[in-house]
Amino acid sequence: MKIVDDSPPVLTALDRPNSYIGRSVPRPNLARLTQGRAQYVSDVVLPRMAHVAFVRSPHAHARIASIDTAAAKQSPGVIAAVTGAELAKVITPWVGVLTHLKGLKSAPQNAMAVDRACWAGEAVCAVVAKSRAEADDACELVQVTYEELPAVTDPETALDPATPVIHPSINDNLCFERSHTVGDPDKALAEADAVVETTFVFGRHTGVTNEPRSIVADWNPGDQRMTVYQGTQAPHMMQNLFAKHLKLEEHQVRVVTKDVGGSFGIKVHTYADEMAAVALSKLLKRPVKFVADRIESFVTDIHARDHRIKAKIGVKTDGTITAFEIDDLTGIGPYSVYPRTSGIEANQVVNLVGAPYTTPNYRARARVVFQNKNVMCQYRAVGHPIATAVTEGLVEMAAAKIGIDPLEIRRKNLIADDAHPSQGPSGIKYEALSNHEALAHLDTMMNYAGLRAEQARLRKQSIYRGIGFATFVEVTNPSAAFYGVGGARISAQDGATVRLDATGAVFCHTGVSEQGQGAEAVIAQCVATSFGVPIDKVRIIMGDTDNTPYGGGTWASRAAGIGGEAAWQAGKALRGNVLAVAASILQAKPETLDIRSGVVVDAATGAERLPLHELARICYFRPDTLPAGIQAELVATRHYVPKAFAFAFTNGIQASYLEVDTDSGFVKLLKHWCVEDCGTVINPQPCRRAGPRRRRARNRRRAVRALPL
Amino acid sequence: MSSHRCDISLTVNGEFVAETVDARTSLVDFLRDALVLTGSHVGCEHGVCGACTVRVDGMIVRGCLMLATQCDGSAVETVEGLSDSGEIADLQKAFEQRNALQCGFCTPGMLLTAQELLAQGGVPSREEIREHISGNYCRCTGYHAIIDAIEAVAQARASK
Repeated sequence: MKIVDDSPPVLTALDRPNSYIGRSVPRPNLARLTQGRAQYVSDVVLPRMAHVAFVRSPHAHARIASIDTAAAKQSPGVIAAVTGAELAKVITPWVGVLTHLKGLKSAPQNAMAVDRACWAGEAVCAVVAKSRAEADDACELVQVTYEELPAVTDPETALDPATPVIHPSINDNLCFERSHTVGDPDKALAEADAVVETTFVFGRHTGVTNEPRSIVADWNPGDQRMTVYQGTQAPHMMQNLFAKHLKLEEHQVRVVTKDVGGSFGIKVHTYADEMAAVALSKLLKRPVKFVADRIESFVTDIHARDHRIKAKIGVKTDGTITAFEIDDLTGIGPYSVYPRTSGIEANQVVNLVGAPYTTPNYRARARVVFQNKNVMCQYRAVGHPIATAVTEGLVEMAAAKIGIDPLEIRRKNLIADDAHPSQGPSGIKYEALSNHEALAHLDTMMNYAGLRAEQARLRKQSIYRGIGFATFVEVTNPSAAFYGVGGARISAQDGATVRLDATGAVFCHTGVSEQGQGAEAVIAQCVATSFGVPIDKVRIIMGDTDNTPYGGGTWASRAAGIGGEAAWQAGKALRGNVLAVAASILQAKPETLDIRSGVVVDAATGAERLPLHELARICYFRPDTLPAGIQAELVATRHYVPKAFAFAFTNGIQASYLEVDTDSGFVKLLKHWCVEDCGTVINPQPCRRAGPRRRRARNRRRAVRALPL
Repeated sequence: MSSHRCDISLTVNGEFVAETVDARTSLVDFLRDALVLTGSHVGCEHGVCGACTVRVDGMIVRGCLMLATQCDGSAVETVEGLSDSGEIADLQKAFEQRNALQCGFCTPGMLLTAQELLAQGGVPSREEIREHISGNYCRCTGYHAIIDAIEAVAQARASK
């Protein structure tokens, strides 16, 4: 990987002596992972811990006529067998709606089906036993009598009058509809020299985390507290939801998230079986563990990206795109997922189609319908793959139709790099993008002209090679506009508390959490740099609602951009506090001092004045020797939330070079190139693995790579 | 089912272990539940993902496809044992330095599989490394760095 610095050579706060920003710093938590000494939730064992297994509906839609648990309760090791109706006395149902997605509706969902199962895989009865194997044995003894109901499966017919309504209480199978028109798309399409129209169909897929969803709930009636060990991306969000639906105060619930064996967006939602496990712990007054097995993962982890989009593009012969038009239909299962809803993905598609281009005319309709399949919801890069595939597919077809080069049509229509702040066709607001620069870089990196010549030469030998492009903008670091304004208690802000210990090391407590992307390393880099200590003197505390500032967790590329900024500011604040004390000890002015590599130094000369361990010793153990009126404050907390823009949009472009065997249809990918504007790269290593993590939009560098195949 | 109990004795990471297990208990469940060696992970439970890879009598096996009773009299080694003996210290260091892991769930299995290849000696090609680890699934998609790390260790060992 190459990091190409195209920012002006000025010294910034990031260029402090011994800065860790932009350096490949190994993540501090890796040895426990490589030694098999991590603590994933599936590893957690507590005294008197019981295991729950679920009896799940084999039918897509069925009335539950009766459940007989008598035999199961007699099975060896069984502690309890609990039906959906019985558990509903312990935990209240929820409805996955957000007020800013106007008109979005859903039906109340229970932790387990109460009288009707709405998808194949929905839990209808829980068996709790001393071991998971014994719980699974007893599940086979639970007798459930189902009366099958007609199943709604095809989104295309979900809204037909002849199709049964899944939830009679909400009248029809329409969860959400959004129509959005900008400019005059009819006129623009009429005046276009060519119009291309096609339908894109995307199948469902899911996250498939290596560690399945896992939870251990521990209700302690003695201290009236519920401690939940959960592999989640949003501990504080879950704290709120467990409290709300178990009728507890939030402070009675503690969510602990240590190591998470993969998330990818699937572990940021409320799952009925996890809510059931927590309710069972409250009911049985003992720890209850649930770890989804692989089959359960496939039928209950959220699915994503089931969309059918009819789409149109209008183009002039000079390559100017006059309009985009889309009609999106997506089937999301029987319930809108709580609390983020299942309307966000389609909403995002509406926002992002055409996003990199100047096209002034746009019409979009999205309809989100219920069906008797597993639930669908947001997953990694919410809506982006759909919107990008549709947009870039249309652009490629338009280019082919009018006979213009695919890169040329993009150059012609991409928003100019110096036009920002600006907005996309749907009205989304951009602070700064670099689509042209990224395209130019890709053009050079892949030797586009050379590849075209090679392609033409090989075509004469009946070798069919293709070159494809996708340019895109990407939503990162959301403000409260994403969820908070719609009434969801999902924090947009995040906090960091930085504390100097008695030996000169630093603890940082952060509201963001780690699932493998390197958040722990990035937070440590920010604190080490802004405070001024070697990175091995920084210990990060995360994933514990009792011991971290209130925050949103790790999703939508927010851990570095929001959590990192809070940590940076907290480190800076602590530096100010420490320098104030140091100045009084050294009889110097604070502004003449700095902290570098764990030592208070003379800012101008770098000469050592006072090691931090000595300062800490004085402040903690001999504060009597400090001048009168000086109180050392060796803890600092700062919070951060993006306010100027709803999202920190970033951008990139990718290209593929492939060969098609025209006899078999076999496609072989020969090479793939990526250019991504990450903003300031904090740590190139995880960046290379996982994609963009921005810090500051105006101080940009490009991360560029060509993937070896 | 659970009435079929078997007495087994074996060594695990060099320590003698004598336990009574259900006949149906898989090796990885035995290691994780009875011995609380949680470094071997359960990902798919049907031999596809490789997260449960452990070594039995010198050969790597899927801990989810082998029964604990089949290991009666065997020598079983897990990532914890290989870590403590220092046998894979260079591989672990290479994985850490190259960020050849994200969530780390696949890593113990990946390390044991890599060590089996490297123990054969010589410097395998990247294609051979790819083929050898093809039964270990890294959902976070860190394969390039994993291959880099294994290749670097192979070269370092060969030059010793």
